[in-house]
Amino acid sequence: MLELRAITAGYDRRAPVFRSVDLTLAPGESVGLLGPSGCGKSTLARVAALLHRPDAGQLVIDGEVARGWRHRAPREQRTAFGVVFQQPRLSADPRLALRDLVAEPLRAVGRSSEVADLVPELAARVGLGKDLMGRRPHEVSDGQLQRACLARALVLRPRWLVCDEMTAMLDASTTAALVHVVEEYRRESGAGMLAVGHDRVLLERWCDRTVRWEELVAG
Amino acid sequence: MTVPVLSVKGLSVRFRMRGGTHVSAVTDATFDLAAGECLALVGESGCGKSVLASALLGLLPQNAQTSGSALLGDTDLLTADERTLARTVRGRRVGLVPQSPAAHLTPVRTVRSQLEETLRELAGVRGPGLRAAAETAAERAAFPAGHLDRYPHELSGGLAQRAATALALVGDAPLLLADEPTTGLDRDLVDRTVDELRRHVGEDRALLLITHDLAAAERIADRVAVMYASRVVEIAAADDFFGTRGPRHPYARGLLNALPEREFTPIPGMPPELTALPEGCAFAARCARADTACATVPALTGGAACHHPHADVLEAPRA
Repeated sequence: MLELRAITAGYDRRAPVFRSVDLTLAPGESVGLLGPSGCGKSTLARVAALLHRPDAGQLVIDGEVARGWRHRAPREQRTAFGVVFQQPRLSADPRLALRDLVAEPLRAVGRSSEVADLVPELAARVGLGKDLMGRRPHEVSDGQLQRACLARALVLRPRWLVCDEMTAMLDASTTAALVHVVEEYRRESGAGMLAVGHDRVLLERWCDRTVRWEELVAG
Repeated sequence: MTVPVLSVKGLSVRFRMRGGTHVSAVTDATFDLAAGECLALVGESGCGKSVLASALLGLLPQNAQTSGSALLGDTDLLTADERTLARTVRGRRVGLVPQSPAAHLTPVRTVRSQLEETLRELAGVRGPGLRAAAETAAERAAFPAGHLDRYPHELSGGLAQRAATALALVGDAPLLLADEPTTGLDRDLVDRTVDELRRHVGEDRALLLITHDLAAAERIADRVAVMYASRVVEIAAADDFFGTRGPRHPYARGLLNALPEREFTPIPGMPPELTALPEGCAFAARCARADTACATVPALTGGAACHHPHADVLEAPRA
């Protein structure tokens, strides 16, 4: 269970982006959060993924209260999340080949020995060939890079996935392909997901339920 | 049909790369665009759509080689010199609604100052009327007057897009070129932006809408051109394309079926690299209908460039 309890967050303590928002995801549930651009839904997603410290409120991850944010988050909580952002270009280190991009989380948690097995398996799963995995971000398209970013998010087998506008930059076919990869992973792992976006048709098709931002901040 | 606003014939763009390789970004594109018409050019990222737009504006980098023609009135946009393009074409005869407005706007000046400059240069507005003219111009693109004194970094994506649209509309150009004008906008804003563009087209202008957003294309386009691996593989009336007849090219059909409101199934595989396009049909490797005929590049006949197009052939195919 992922519980956001009375979360107030923003970038200026005097003027938070939103106040006292509650959202609960049942184990294995996928929730689509719909809202217009600039409403604060990405900030909420960042809080949920331990990437942004809220001004007030509690985040409870599978019964355990979050004890820190960003690099201060304890590893077992941090690695419970896989995150995919909207803009793959801004979320990929331009110096790394795609294969190193995908391997980085494994190396960061001291599991380098598994790189040789897991990375090719994930590459195949997201549809990236050996040739593409050897390239650096500027040598691939947005869609290909986003495939690598999704593989990176899955490599530690997170219990929760946070997808912040994962497909906003992508064409219809790549969107469908990535959503299928996410759903396949969720089916076999039982992971839950928070997908943030503004495409109502997509999120309604993709998620178990959708929540509108207005309902969250009003309630 | 009257004289088209834009007539593109056999347009190809290749980039010469280091090491003697070539990137074929656009191959043999041919289409016309009439006054009052909106043509949506759709395709996935990296298929060459934006290069086509750059070619029409004479904004290709040095290492590009072009062939074919793109006539805007009696000016060939591919061979016109920089002076002609800069003084009479860009902004005046072709208005560009850019892909990333944040990069298109000058970061160190307010929206008002950029609008006023454009009005001064393109519309010759001078003196005290300038302020009001800027506000009117902003209004046309639904840019709120209260935000005119902001700098681009202080604007949300949607507002920056509208600022860029306002700038593109100032020159009253007969051809509007919108390159992914809706990337990153939410659905309501997408609808509003494209409706707005459509409205600006009116009766006497033409709009080339380059997008990967099929819903946006469906909303406003009269005709749809589908681009795959540098080639236009299908051109069809939007009603047929999105309606019961459906696309004829298997790629276009797959793209449409990938939509969440349809089957939501991806096309297997990925598009080929533009540096190493196959000899024959570029889609054959991903196509369930492919056979030996696909070893040669199919010509664009009857609206689709395919050896095995889906049935329901149009009785009077449009060129």
